[in-house]
Amino acid sequence: MTFRDIVPIIAVIALLAFVPVFVTANTVLNFLVFTLIIALTAQGWNILGGFGGQFSFGHAAFFGTGAYAAALLQVRLGINPWIAFAIGAMAGAAVGWMIGYLSFRSGLRGSYFALVTLAFAEVLRILANAATFTGGAAGVLIKLHVRPENFQFESRSAFFWIALALVGAVLVLTRWIERSRFGAQLVAVRENEAAAKALGVDTLRVKLGAITLSGAVTAAAGCLYAQYFLYVDANIAYGTWISVEAILAPIIGGLGTVFGPLVGAVALHGLGEVTKLAAGSVPGIDLMVFGVLLVVAVGFAPDGILGLLRRLRRSAQLSGAPRHA
Amino acid sequence: MMYSPAIIAEAVVNGLMTGAIYALIALGLTLVYGVLHIINFAHGALLTAAMFAVWAVHVAFGLDPYLAILPLTPLFFGLGYAVQRFVIGPASHGSDSNILLVTLGLSIAIENALLAGFRSDTRSLNTDYGFQVVELGPLLLSKPRLIGFGAAVLVTVLLWLLLSRTDTGKAIRAVAKEKLGASLVGIDVAHVYAVTFGLGCACLAVAACLLMPTFYVNPRIGQAFVLVAFTIVVLGGMGSIPGALLGGLFIGVVESLCGLFLGDSLGQIGIFLIFILVLLVRPTGMFGAKA
Amino acid sequence: MLEVQNATKRFGGLVAVNQASLKAAIGSITGLIGPNGAGKTTLFTLISGFESLTEGRVLFQGQDISHDETHIRARRGIARTFQIVQPFAGLSVIENIAVGAYLHHAKRSDAMARAEEVGRRVGLGPELDKSASSLTVAGRKRLELARALATEPKLLLLDEVLAGLNPSEIRDIIPVIRAIRDEGVSILMIEHVMQAVMNLCEQVYVLAHGRIIAEGPPAEVCDDATVIEAYLGTGAAERLKREKVHA
Repeated sequence: MTFRDIVPIIAVIALLAFVPVFVTANTVLNFLVFTLIIALTAQGWNILGGFGGQFSFGHAAFFGTGAYAAALLQVRLGINPWIAFAIGAMAGAAVGWMIGYLSFRSGLRGSYFALVTLAFAEVLRILANAATFTGGAAGVLIKLHVRPENFQFESRSAFFWIALALVGAVLVLTRWIERSRFGAQLVAVRENEAAAKALGVDTLRVKLGAITLSGAVTAAAGCLYAQYFLYVDANIAYGTWISVEAILAPIIGGLGTVFGPLVGAVALHGLGEVTKLAAGSVPGIDLMVFGVLLVVAVGFAPDGILGLLRRLRRSAQLSGAPRHA
Repeated sequence: MMYSPAIIAEAVVNGLMTGAIYALIALGLTLVYGVLHIINFAHGALLTAAMFAVWAVHVAFGLDPYLAILPLTPLFFGLGYAVQRFVIGPASHGSDSNILLVTLGLSIAIENALLAGFRSDTRSLNTDYGFQVVELGPLLLSKPRLIGFGAAVLVTVLLWLLLSRTDTGKAIRAVAKEKLGASLVGIDVAHVYAVTFGLGCACLAVAACLLMPTFYVNPRIGQAFVLVAFTIVVLGGMGSIPGALLGGLFIGVVESLCGLFLGDSLGQIGIFLIFILVLLVRPTGMFGAKA
Repeated sequence: MLEVQNATKRFGGLVAVNQASLKAAIGSITGLIGPNGAGKTTLFTLISGFESLTEGRVLFQGQDISHDETHIRARRGIARTFQIVQPFAGLSVIENIAVGAYLHHAKRSDAMARAEEVGRRVGLGPELDKSASSLTVAGRKRLELARALATEPKLLLLDEVLAGLNPSEIRDIIPVIRAIRDEGVSILMIEHVMQAVMNLCEQVYVLAHGRIIAEGPPAEVCDDATVIEAYLGTGAAERLKREKVHA
C-alpha cells in the first residue's frame, strides 16, 4: 500500500470532519454519530462478507460483546473506559476467532454459515438477558460522568470526531486488505475455495483472519454505542436489528469495496430519516423501506450505489468522448 | 429440584403438542429447502402475516380460526406462489447467496409493514373453547392444543401423500433431485418452484389457524418461531418431511423440559445449543435426508 | 520427484483408485491416460491432497506427504490445474495469476510483476487486464496453467489442459508445456489427446478401473494389448492385430 492509495480516504474523512463546524443541532449530530456507528459495524461485516464471501447473519454477536465488555468492565470492575474500549474490541476479535474456528473447521459455508452465526448471536442474547452479571433484562447503565478520561464529552462533536477517526482507520485497514496478499487470498477464497487451496492458500487461516478482524471492528462499534448512549441491554446489544444493519449497509453501498459500508450506511439512514419525515411517526416504516431496498439492490444493483456510480461515469465517458471512426 | 413424574409427563405431553405445530412450520421450510435448496429467511415473517390474517378475519367477520383454514390456506398458497415467481426468482438470478439476501429483505419488509399497520401491540382471540380442557388419565390437556396436534400430524401426512402419490408431487420431487433433467423432460421448473413455495406458505396458514386459539400475535412473533423451525429443519435433515415431524416433536419436548428445569428465560437456550451442535457436527441432520 | 505407492481410495463401497503406484522423474513429462471414469482425476486429488488416501502413500522429494493438507503440498511445490476450469470469475486475469504468485512473493508489486511475466509466457499478454470470466475456453485453460505456474512449482499436475481446444490451439500450447519442462519443472499430465501424449511424454501410465494396467514409453504402451482392450473392450486387441495383418 502506498500513500497514493489512501489519498481518497484522507480527503473524505477530512471533508466530513468539518461537518460539526457547520452543523450544531444536537438531533443532527445524534443522527450522524449513530450513522457512523452503523457504518463501523458494517465495515466489520464487509471484511468477512464482502471480501471473504462468508455471509454472517449474526454480527450482533460481536457488536454485543463489544458493547457489554465496554459497559461491564467499567461499571462492575472499575476499569478505565478507554482501556475497556480496547479490551472490548479484543473480546470481539476473540469471539470472532472462536465462532470462526468452530464453523470453518466443520466446513460450514453459505446458508449453513449464516444460520450458525445467527444461532451464536441468539445464544449470547439469551445468556445476556438471563445472567445477573449483565444486569439481566434490565440492562446496564453507565454512570454519567462527563470527563474526557472517562470517554464522555461535553459536546457531541467530540464523539463525532472519534467515531469518524475509527471509521477512517478501518477505511485504511480495508484499503490495506485490498492491496495485500491477505486480501488477494481472501477474495480468492470468496471466488473459488478449491482453486485457492490448489494455489497454496491456507483457506482456514485466511477465513479465520477475516472473521477475527471483522469481529474486532464490529465490537469496536459496539463499544462506541455503549459509550455514547451509556446504556446496554440484551435486545440492543445482541438483537437481530444490528446483524441486519451490518448486512444492509455494505450491500446497498457496494459489497467488498472500501467505501461501500460508509456510503450504504449514510444513504440508508438518510433515506430512513426522509421516510420518517414523510410518513410521520409510523413505526417500522423506515425498516420496511430498507427491506424493499435490499430486495431491489440484490435484484437490480448487485454492486450497490458505488457500482451504479461507476456505471454512470463509464457511460458518461463513453458518450462524452470524441468518437474515432 | 425434584419434580413429580406427573409434572414431567405433563411437560412432555405439552411439549409434544407445541412440537406438532413447530413441525408444521418447519415442514414449509424444509419443503422449500428440499426443492429449491434455499433457506427461506422470510418464513417467520410470512407466519406472522398468516397469524395476523387469522386475527383480522376473526375480528372483521367473526370467522372461527379453525374455519379460517378454508379461505386462508389457498390464499397463502397463492401469495407464496406469487412471491417466489415474481420476486425471489427474478431478483436472485439463481445465486444462493442472493436468495438468502432477498428472503432476508422480504422478511424485513413484511415484518415492518405489519408493524406499521398493526403497531407493536400484542393481540389474541377470544373463543369460547380457548380454555377448555380434556382429561386424559392423570393429565389435564388443553383442548385447542390437542386439536392443533391432531391437525398438524394430519397435514404432515397429507403433504407426504401429495408428494408421493400425485403428479404434482412427482414433478416436485423430480425438480428437487435433478433440476436440469426435469426441465429437459418438459417440467416447468419456475412453476414447480413457485408451487413448492406456495405449499410452504399454505403450511404456515394452517399452522397460524391452529396456533391462534391459544396463542397471541405481534409483528415480531415470527422470529421466535422461525429460529426454532430452522433448528428442526437442520435436526431433521434439510428437505426431509418425516425428519421435520420427528424433529418438531423432539424440539417441542426439549423446549418444554428446558423451560421446566431452567426457567422461561433460559429455556430456549437448549434449542440453540442443539442447533449449533448439529450444524457443527452433522449438518446433514440426524435423520439425514440428503447431503 | 513424485512417487505414489499403492494408493487406494474408496468412496463407500466404490473403489475409485485401487493399489495404484507410479513415479514421475525429475525434469520429465509423465503421462497418465485411461478411459473415462478410470480414476485419473481422483488420483490427482489424492496427490494434491484434496482427498485423503484410504491406503498407500504419496512421497514427494523422498518425503511422505500423505497427511499434508493441500496448501502445504502447494507450498512444497506441487501445483495442479482443474479439468473443469475454476477461474476466480470476479477478478481480472492478472489478479487471478497473482493469487498463485503470492505463494512465494508476499509483496504486491513482486507478485504482480511475477504474474505479468507468467501471463505473458503462456500467451495471455493481451488479456491480462480483462475479466477472467470474459476469456474463451482456450484462454481459461491457459489461465489455469498460468496460475499453477505462478506458484513456482517443482511438479505440475495438468488435468486435461488440452481438452476442448481445437487443433491449432493445441499446436500453440504444446511448445509452452515443453518449455516449462525445459526450465526444470517436472510434469504429470492427464491427457486424452494422444497426439500430445506421444509428442510430449517420456513415460506413460495407463489407469483402468482404478488400477495401473500398463506403463512404459508412449509408443510401447499404445501397442499393449491390455491397454487397447481397456479402451475398446475385450477382444479388440485381437481384432486390431488381425486387421493389421490383412492390411
